[in-house]
Amino acid sequence: MATQLKDTRITQSLPQGSVSWPLPPRVRPELPNHDKATLESYLASAPLDEVDIADPLWWETDTNHVYFRRLREEAPVFFTHVNSNRHRGFWNVTRWNDIMAVDTNHQVFSSEAMLGGITLFDMDPDFIMPMFIAMDPPKHDVQRKAVNPIVSGQNLASYEELIRSRTCEVLDSLPRGEAFDWVDKVSIELTSRMLATLFGWPQERRRMLTYWSDVSTSDPELPGNPGKEERQGILLGMLQEFTMLWNERVNSEPTGDLVSMLAHNPATRNMPPMEFMGNLVLLIVGGNDTTRNSISGGLYFLNKNPGEYAKLKANHGLVENMVSEIIRYQTPLAHMRRTALQDTVLGGQLIHKGDKVVMWYSSANRDDTVLDRPDEFIIDRARARQHMSFGFGIHRCVGNRLAELQLKILWEEILKRFDHIEVLEEPERVPSAFVRGYKSMMVRIPA
Amino acid sequence: MVKIIYVEHNGARHEVNVPEGENLMEGAVQNNVPGIDGDCGGNAACATCHCYIPEAWQALTGERSELEDSMIELADTAMPNSRLACQIKASAALDGMEVHMPATQH
Repeated sequence: MATQLKDTRITQSLPQGSVSWPLPPRVRPELPNHDKATLESYLASAPLDEVDIADPLWWETDTNHVYFRRLREEAPVFFTHVNSNRHRGFWNVTRWNDIMAVDTNHQVFSSEAMLGGITLFDMDPDFIMPMFIAMDPPKHDVQRKAVNPIVSGQNLASYEELIRSRTCEVLDSLPRGEAFDWVDKVSIELTSRMLATLFGWPQERRRMLTYWSDVSTSDPELPGNPGKEERQGILLGMLQEFTMLWNERVNSEPTGDLVSMLAHNPATRNMPPMEFMGNLVLLIVGGNDTTRNSISGGLYFLNKNPGEYAKLKANHGLVENMVSEIIRYQTPLAHMRRTALQDTVLGGQLIHKGDKVVMWYSSANRDDTVLDRPDEFIIDRARARQHMSFGFGIHRCVGNRLAELQLKILWEEILKRFDHIEVLEEPERVPSAFVRGYKSMMVRIPA
Repeated sequence: MVKIIYVEHNGARHEVNVPEGENLMEGAVQNNVPGIDGDCGGNAACATCHCYIPEAWQALTGERSELEDSMIELADTAMPNSRLACQIKASAALDGMEVHMPATQH
């Protein structure tokens, strides 16, 4: 007879889909201050079920690792109830092997947008944007295949020269001997140029792509960010602009860019407008936020680990291996979420049909039962390619090879030019449990 | 030991002795054969050990699993004889087999 599993999950406080806007206020622990040390010591000792790790506080302060280490050791598959009137409650999956089991079982763990999609917070039910990352087979497969060729094989190789010349141009324009923001001048600059090329979008308006990417992942609750309705309006504006491009390209010969590819492929040419918008958001965020934050993260990690920076300067041949290590250590998307299509058992816990299951890639990348010394940044790490940042299974990052190529070229060209780039202060981080990134990072290149 | 010949897309050949029971992705990675990455560590979950099995050997290497099939079918370079090397275990019956690689892994 099968072992009887104890259901540790208390019934969700709200039925699916009934979280209402505006969201009720977030419960937060009462702490004397929000200094990093205070937050870390709280996370190290608080009852596990008192913490809502989806709270941007733990991400903007980069303190979440303390909690994930405890979950991996004490409760590797763990249900978060606190603040469930905001997010309906969710399962945290924190160990490498459990995440692998979820990521490779798309029959049980769905990505479907109508069930909430692929992020911890459900897609806005008034504004569902279907996109292939938030679809299950078979529709996922044909749409993904429509765009795959732009970032694989020969096509990828054809971008190399262009990426290198742009990287040289951007690096050569950087000021010497004065402080500047690396995120703006390098990370955003390079990724927005690449993105404009991929979409066949006018280069002079490339920062619009960055803007739309930021808006689509921004938290409408945070001060300074567009609210829910304003956000919808901005994204509809994006759709309008791209629809004009689509209309031009659908009636002409294929031009090899993403808009043209979507317009000409039988699997995507009849997409409804919201689905076109969804796929645009996916490709813009996928090609923008992730690489951008790995570009910033790499420089930050080298500054925090001068021994590794010295190793790199002494041996430029380490660049390729270092690129994988940067992507692991940064984990630019902290999680992907699935919805259980049936009752199932994971890590000894009973998951119910309809439950949200959050795979914390950022935690798997620090799982010391699979990786050697995972808390350390080691540029010549053995088998550095073995990391969780691109996800596994059918939704594995489609642009991973392009991202690696961009980072490799960037570091090759940095090493040719600059003996050192100094990070001047702690970077300002994005307050998000999804995008692990940097808003700004002040640096100086010695004159 | 089982002799496996990994053949790169450009024709370069790498003759490797793989211990019996070891999968062919590990066999390549541990012997520094270029063109096989094995990012997921052997779970048929990344398709970076995509390879082609010559007809004569196909019956001896078994069938694709469901996940392996899904992963292969998403690759631009998928062929009817595509396999993931991590899903094939070295055995005496495979001694002398050639494993061909696509131009790039994705």
